[in-house]
Amino acid sequence: MRILGYKLSATAQIGVVIVLINVLVAVLAPLIAPFDQATPVGDAWADPDAQHWLGLDNVGRDILSRLIYGARMSIGLSLVITVLSFLIGVISGFAAAVAGGWIDQLLSRLVDLLLSMPTLIFAFVILSVLGSALPVLIVTIAVLDSTKVFRLARSVAINIVSLEFVEAARLRGEGWWWIVTREVLPNAIPPLTAEFGLRFCFTFLFIAALSFLGLGVQPPDADWGSMVKDYRDMINFGSAAPLYPAAAIAILTIGVNFVVDWMLSIHSRGQGEGA
Amino acid sequence: MLNLILQRFGLGILTLFAASVLIFIGTEILPGDLASAILQNSATPESLAKLRLDLGLDQPAYVRFFEWLFGALRGDFGHSLANGRDVLAEVAPRFANTMFLAAYAAVVAVPLAIGLGLLEAIRQGGAFDRLVNVFPLMTFSMPEYFLAYLLIKYVAVQLGWFPSLANVTPETSFTDRLYYAFLPMLTLVLVIVAHMMRMTRASVLSVMASPYIEMAILKGLRKSRIVVRHALPNALAPIISVVALNLAYLIVGVVVVETVFVYPGLGQLMVDEVSKHDVPVVQACGLIFAATFILLNMTADILAILSNPRLRQPR
Amino acid sequence: MSQATQDASRSEDNSIILDIRGMRVAVRTDSGEGPVLVDDVSLQLRRGEVIGLIGESGAGKSTIGLASMGYTRRDCFIVGGNIIFGDTDIRAISMDERRALRGPKIAYIAQSAAASFNPAHTLMEQVCEASVRHGVLSRAEARAEAISLFKQLDLPSPETIGSRYPHQVSGGQLQRVMAAMAMVAKPDILIFDEPTTALDVTTQVECLAAFRKLIRGHGTAALYITHDLAVVAQIADRIMVLRRGKMVEFGDSRQILQQPKEEYTRRLVTERVAGHSFVDANGAGEVPILAIEHVSANYPGKPKVIDDVSLDVRKGDTVAVVGESGSGKSTLARVVTGLLPRVAGDVRFNGLSLPPRLNERSKDQLRRVQMIYQMPDVALNPQHTLLETIGRPVAFYFNRSRAEVRARAIELLRQMDLPESFITRKTSDLSGGQKQRVSIARALAAEPDLIICDEVTSALDQLVGEEILRLLKKLQEDLGVAYLFITHDLGTVKRIANKVAVMLKGKVVASGDTATVFSPPYHPYTELLLSSVPEMRPDWLDGVLASRATGAAMTAALLRAP
Repeated sequence: MRILGYKLSATAQIGVVIVLINVLVAVLAPLIAPFDQATPVGDAWADPDAQHWLGLDNVGRDILSRLIYGARMSIGLSLVITVLSFLIGVISGFAAAVAGGWIDQLLSRLVDLLLSMPTLIFAFVILSVLGSALPVLIVTIAVLDSTKVFRLARSVAINIVSLEFVEAARLRGEGWWWIVTREVLPNAIPPLTAEFGLRFCFTFLFIAALSFLGLGVQPPDADWGSMVKDYRDMINFGSAAPLYPAAAIAILTIGVNFVVDWMLSIHSRGQGEGA
Repeated sequence: MLNLILQRFGLGILTLFAASVLIFIGTEILPGDLASAILQNSATPESLAKLRLDLGLDQPAYVRFFEWLFGALRGDFGHSLANGRDVLAEVAPRFANTMFLAAYAAVVAVPLAIGLGLLEAIRQGGAFDRLVNVFPLMTFSMPEYFLAYLLIKYVAVQLGWFPSLANVTPETSFTDRLYYAFLPMLTLVLVIVAHMMRMTRASVLSVMASPYIEMAILKGLRKSRIVVRHALPNALAPIISVVALNLAYLIVGVVVVETVFVYPGLGQLMVDEVSKHDVPVVQACGLIFAATFILLNMTADILAILSNPRLRQPR
Repeated sequence: MSQATQDASRSEDNSIILDIRGMRVAVRTDSGEGPVLVDDVSLQLRRGEVIGLIGESGAGKSTIGLASMGYTRRDCFIVGGNIIFGDTDIRAISMDERRALRGPKIAYIAQSAAASFNPAHTLMEQVCEASVRHGVLSRAEARAEAISLFKQLDLPSPETIGSRYPHQVSGGQLQRVMAAMAMVAKPDILIFDEPTTALDVTTQVECLAAFRKLIRGHGTAALYITHDLAVVAQIADRIMVLRRGKMVEFGDSRQILQQPKEEYTRRLVTERVAGHSFVDANGAGEVPILAIEHVSANYPGKPKVIDDVSLDVRKGDTVAVVGESGSGKSTLARVVTGLLPRVAGDVRFNGLSLPPRLNERSKDQLRRVQMIYQMPDVALNPQHTLLETIGRPVAFYFNRSRAEVRARAIELLRQMDLPESFITRKTSDLSGGQKQRVSIARALAAEPDLIICDEVTSALDQLVGEEILRLLKKLQEDLGVAYLFITHDLGTVKRIANKVAVMLKGKVVASGDTATVFSPPYHPYTELLLSSVPEMRPDWLDGVLASRATGAAMTAALLRAP
């Protein structure tokens, strides 16, 4: 299989398939889910049968349907957060690299400060007071995560800015808007795309962890992390219920990581010795 | 070089201060009346007023902040709102437990990861390399609780080798602790070994692409010597960074693992107390976590400076 | 047998030490066999002999050198021929056996010493490493041998230099330490891969002399790889001329230089020899286009990089600014363009003073002075098409419509002798020489009065560079544009400039018409520079060394003076 002329490795192909399936499920959720995510349809903890492939949960809702709707919530939320954090991070990172001077110093110091603090603890503290309404969740995590994007965007931009064609544009008298969008950005796309994939994974896992600890998505919305939290006690009775949403999380992140790994490997290789 | 180190140290202290400010803001100053958030439904005007007085909410914010901060430096975090006990007495044994778990995981994971990473770099290529490459990619992508529950389901419940609940008390013996904490430790190790191994391998490989490595090959040196004597010293800085980063992550990841295994550590305490709005405890936990995290990051940066050959021998 | 006798008997031994027959090296990837880097090359190297491998980039000379050790770079494989070292066919033995040869029997000296030394270990450790690991010498013996070699190579403080780290030693010294590293185990063959290319001309002379002394003293055989015919003439007994992996001509040094048989060889030789007649002086215009008056500049917090420099460029002039690294010539360009604000003095354009900073200048002021860079790969945005690259200045400065911009771009392409179809190609698809032409077109698109050329041919092959220079000259005749030509290569100066300014450590030590500055009586530094440029006569090096020995003290003083 080839994308844009590059040959995909075996793992990358698996990754692409996984991602596509997940995206399709998330988009088509109302069409493919057999039942509604919030309505009980039977007894609590009923065993899997022909109608309910994964059985029912602690309130009697169909687990499979919740998984499908959960895809929508989890993936959609993570995507929105990643896009937001990317916008903030890339714009500020590029600005810092191109403007240089005190702007760069100020932003970098600020980001360094934020970066050296444990995000989970912070998110925790903030969310425990402000509550976990979706907008709060989105903004908090996006801002915290944008610091990492800033670091990468800035270092990528600085490398590009050091090349002579940027100086040539400066000498021409081009304004910084042109320089950022027409000179720097087209050359920054490969590393930024890989980073987007990585950030998505982290955000996804992060949301899942927060939900697991009770601070993320609140009921009755289905979300894979909170599903794990709700079903956890059943593991001691031999039920695999908490493993289903956890496995779903794992599979998606593995898929994305396979693809990102392949993208990064295109750009770097080791040494060789032929005969 | 000493300058750089002092700078980094100073920055660390500054960050710690900033962290404490943010924690304080996060818990006491954000919108919403703190007192009613704590008392919720059982609030009456009198109990609210009394609570406000107790908490010192009538005083301006910065006064409260410094009182809290200086108290913290002396070890006095106040009293838990849930059971009235001294916060430090509550928190200290929990912290010790968390440190034990983290150290347990670190001692196992770090040598394992670096050794495997080096081995992989030496034997590069072939089926072994690809396999060892894919496996960590998977474990490192997974949420910790997935691994944890897998372990519980198969190792604890089905095989019964280790307990699924880590019942550690202050009286538990050392060897018993090792036994009870085994599964939580294993979960943490699986996640961080993956990351550190990949980074070790990546750093070593990236150094191997340097021209002086080609020179070493042309001098007819053996590959193992090239990796260990030539590549490794130059790859140390990024490797140390990654190790410290992962150790710092341990401090945070431990929260989830403790929750899954009901291990009586600081993380689990924090999760429990947050839902009870037990502010002094949450503040103390937050501050201790942040301090450890920041300290580890700072040590990592300083070690990276020390291990850079160019900085050690100035012109 | 004593060392001297050993060496002596070795230099009498005339047997063939390296026999290459029909070597073929090609690229091989997952998608099949790719380009052939070396195509059917044969040579026989005798003990004590030096064969020079010469060619432009892509000729395959480095590949041959490395393959003689049984080593190829990533994705490259030796696909044909025999490489016989002594009695052993290198292709037939195992990897481990090949490894055993490298270091003690065949040693390699790379182009960049700074990149070949591990920054984490001392010089002595690395110099002795190969001999000790292969069991040829004990550590103590290796140390002693190393120090003796340092002395032979005229390195400063030979007893203690070994305890330093690579970044604490200068480029020229590091190159000689690398030669010592190769010689410690007394190999039968030394492979020199462009060892002086990255050095200043004056340092190059010292290194060349040192290498020659080393080879002759120990009777070692050598393959000397370079692109500079004059350099190889000083050191090689026989010369092989290579082009795109194939052998063009192979013979005795004197014959190749004085009576080349093949057309390609002849071109290489004559290009090097040409340029002995100077460009005519030009007196047009009263007001200089560019007047640099007593300008000084420095980077914040650092000492002056340019000190009290004055220079005039008039219409139709080509003023060369020549100097070695650290002379300040490139910084001068940055001050003229406003990237580095001047600290003292004035820069006037057509009589009007230019603001010191770039962002204080008007669009028109910026338009009239354009710059062309040294490295074609980074001077152009790899993601832009030629239309975008060349068309942008037209649109930006003159506000033309899309159609007009396109038409103008095509016209410029034609002037550069580039096909019109290239207009839609991305710049990353072009060769080095083609990219440089695009850079020139981009500069011309702004219709400037002055173009600053910053080492524009230094990164190009000799013949390609010559073409670019010819193109620049023609454009000057057609358009009347003036050039400020920054370079370190005196040959280029002679070929293209009617005026020259020689810079040393931030000051201009000599300036005026080229003919005047480059004829006696010379300023001592000019003399040093001129004499350091290798000439095609094989006995040139001996001559220079002889005259240097007498003027050694003055040379040293010149180079060290603040």
